[in-house]
Amino acid sequence: MPTKPETPTTGTTTGTDDVVRISDLDVHFALQGSALARLLGRRGRTVKAIDGVNLGLRRGEVLGLVGESGSGKTTLGRAVLGLVPSTAGSITYHGRDRGEVVVSELAGRELRRLRTDMQMVFQDPGAALNPGMTIEEAVGHPLVIHRGLKGEELRGRVAAALEKVGLAPVERYLSKYPADLSGGQKQRAVIARAIILEPEVVIADEPVSMLDMSVRAKILQLMLDLKDELQLTYVYITHDLASAKYVCDRIAIMYLGRIVEIGPTQEIFDNPRHPYTQALLKAIPEPDPDRMVPRDLPRGEIPDAAEPPLGCSFHPRCPQAVAECGWESRDLRALLEEHWTRNPEATYGAERDMVGDLDKLDKPELSAHVGTKDAAGTLALLNRIKAEKPDEPFWRGVETLEEDGNGVAITFTEPTDPALRRAGGVDVACVLYPDPAD
Amino acid sequence: MKPEDVVITTEDLRVWYGTAGDPVRAVDGVSFELRAGEILGLVGESGCGKSTLGRGLLGLMPDGAERDGRLLFRDKDMLTLKRREQIALRGRELGLIFQEPLTRLNPLMRISEHFSETLKAHERGITKDQIEHRSLEALRLMGIPPTRYKAFPHEFSGGMRQRLMIALTLVLRPSFVVADEPTTALDVLVEAQIIRMLHDLRDTYETSLLLITHNLGIIAEACDRVAVMYAGRIVEIGDAKTVFRDPQHPYTRELLRSTISLRTTGLNYIEGAPPDLSDPPPGCRFHPRCPDAMEVCAVRVPEPRQQPNGSRTECWAADQANGLVTLTEDERIPLAKEVIAVADEA
Repeated sequence: MPTKPETPTTGTTTGTDDVVRISDLDVHFALQGSALARLLGRRGRTVKAIDGVNLGLRRGEVLGLVGESGSGKTTLGRAVLGLVPSTAGSITYHGRDRGEVVVSELAGRELRRLRTDMQMVFQDPGAALNPGMTIEEAVGHPLVIHRGLKGEELRGRVAAALEKVGLAPVERYLSKYPADLSGGQKQRAVIARAIILEPEVVIADEPVSMLDMSVRAKILQLMLDLKDELQLTYVYITHDLASAKYVCDRIAIMYLGRIVEIGPTQEIFDNPRHPYTQALLKAIPEPDPDRMVPRDLPRGEIPDAAEPPLGCSFHPRCPQAVAECGWESRDLRALLEEHWTRNPEATYGAERDMVGDLDKLDKPELSAHVGTKDAAGTLALLNRIKAEKPDEPFWRGVETLEEDGNGVAITFTEPTDPALRRAGGVDVACVLYPDPAD
Repeated sequence: MKPEDVVITTEDLRVWYGTAGDPVRAVDGVSFELRAGEILGLVGESGCGKSTLGRGLLGLMPDGAERDGRLLFRDKDMLTLKRREQIALRGRELGLIFQEPLTRLNPLMRISEHFSETLKAHERGITKDQIEHRSLEALRLMGIPPTRYKAFPHEFSGGMRQRLMIALTLVLRPSFVVADEPTTALDVLVEAQIIRMLHDLRDTYETSLLLITHNLGIIAEACDRVAVMYAGRIVEIGDAKTVFRDPQHPYTRELLRSTISLRTTGLNYIEGAPPDLSDPPPGCRFHPRCPDAMEVCAVRVPEPRQQPNGSRTECWAADQANGLVTLTEDERIPLAKEVIAVADEA
């Protein structure tokens, strides 16, 4: 059962000089269910890749979208370009000379025209360039498609673009194939292709993560130089907070299709508010000899977006979670499994039988039942687990825990799904920060 | 250090690939020792021979590659050992953790079957109970609950799969494991979890680990010692804390400077790219990219020398600065730099 989201109260994420404005955007993907389910007309599950995102991209800024894989950052970037269809909500582009267009309603020719204003730099330069095209053809291709250029004029524009990205002397590269170039050089060619139409917005999806350490800084510097020279606006998509800290003006931290914290870079790093942001910052491996491997990292991984946790999606991993964060039956299974990884095999054997079927805990429910016949024993087991780790946030969400026939019945606190609210200089989606609107 | 504590010894180890033209000297004269329970980080740019060295230590080279020099596993000479005996050592004594777990697990086999196949192949006559006991213990150490023992690989998340791979290697209790970029495909939080687990390994198993990575942050957090590799040679090796605090080789220093970390206040990078290993530059191989290069660097190969801070470095500039060598005035003249174009970048 899904929790009803709180209504967002902040309008601060969108301003007047936005070049792109995203309002209540949903991007859902339908999963193909089983053959039988389709035959019976039952709808398969949907993955909410983007779930109600509001965002304004200000003219001339570098906005970072940061999160783990599966957080929806790439989908959001692609949606802005109209590369993935949006399910609900809108994306509006306010062009310098074209006026306002609603990207999410464009198709065909109109959508193609948008490419002259918004371009993308992909993660893997090896895959983004056609291996059968020379660098001259690849970089000039957008001009052939959108402007119909050819001959000397085309060649001149390609040469100028290559020069801008540092692939000089140009003659050395024009006739090369992607396979002849190093990773950094290929990424330069991809960037040249992105800027050759003189776009306003460039969406860079992990532009340096496939490159060698020694050349990453160089490519980032090139992108920053081009931004000043061509007055670009960037969306910088990355999982690397360290590089985002260096290049971005504002950062949006994403988790499971939502923005959980957004604000000026400085504020996010000086004063991370969302427990997820705090965890990300702590986990970055630093080349600092005096730092030790952190011990208190969030457990587990990003959950399945087809069946997100109740309440706040981050609560199962959150060390600071409170009662209303969305504790539910699946968290009980995780708790039991974690207990068994800490205890010897013999304990597991005995306790496993007492607990019984674990699969029935796999549905998101606010009440759960465990145990097969020994009610008192099961209750004692749960209390033992609680005594092992009394600080475990799970117990904060347990409302009642009592014997019930042949086992133990547990009910959880009614969850709150936190919307973004103002806290200090940022917006954060976490119940730990009281909503000023309430 | 007792001599029996040394698990791996290499002296002037070479791994060359035969090609139609000149041989590619991917590993070209590497010497180091690895002690029991020690984690040695191996770092460098792509194309410096890190993976070739890791696989060369285990004897897992492609056809056309040859090893030369000296390589001891405990007291066994691995380069003269019969092929059959070498194969017998793999798994039980020498382990390898791969980069991409999904391609290494059989999608049609349960986790329990992966474990029993591994254990049966390497330990004849192991009983079913022992298999289950050993597997569950390895899983538990990697933080995977026993309830998942019968699950299939696709039922696990990316981080769990990598932990499964590590558990599958460790269940045989090898004394030496090569981990080749074990966390590169993973997210930061999961990466940190796995680095922590690798770091804690020696408390349970007496495993020595060679951790290959291009991420200097991981080395700093997980390793006791670090070896920096450039163009087939170890140019600096020493205690991880010392190397990071007081790098002696300009390549180490520049690598550290070009790493983008939370403390980065300016973007730095190393000009140029690692050389073609079939035709490396004369003298010190780093001299065409080195900001500290002198005339001597372009002609004479620097000897490996122990620096006062304990690190071993192959660098004329470090030797000179620490008074280990006396160079003539001519040799000390800063090397006139050719302009390195983007044409040569990595």
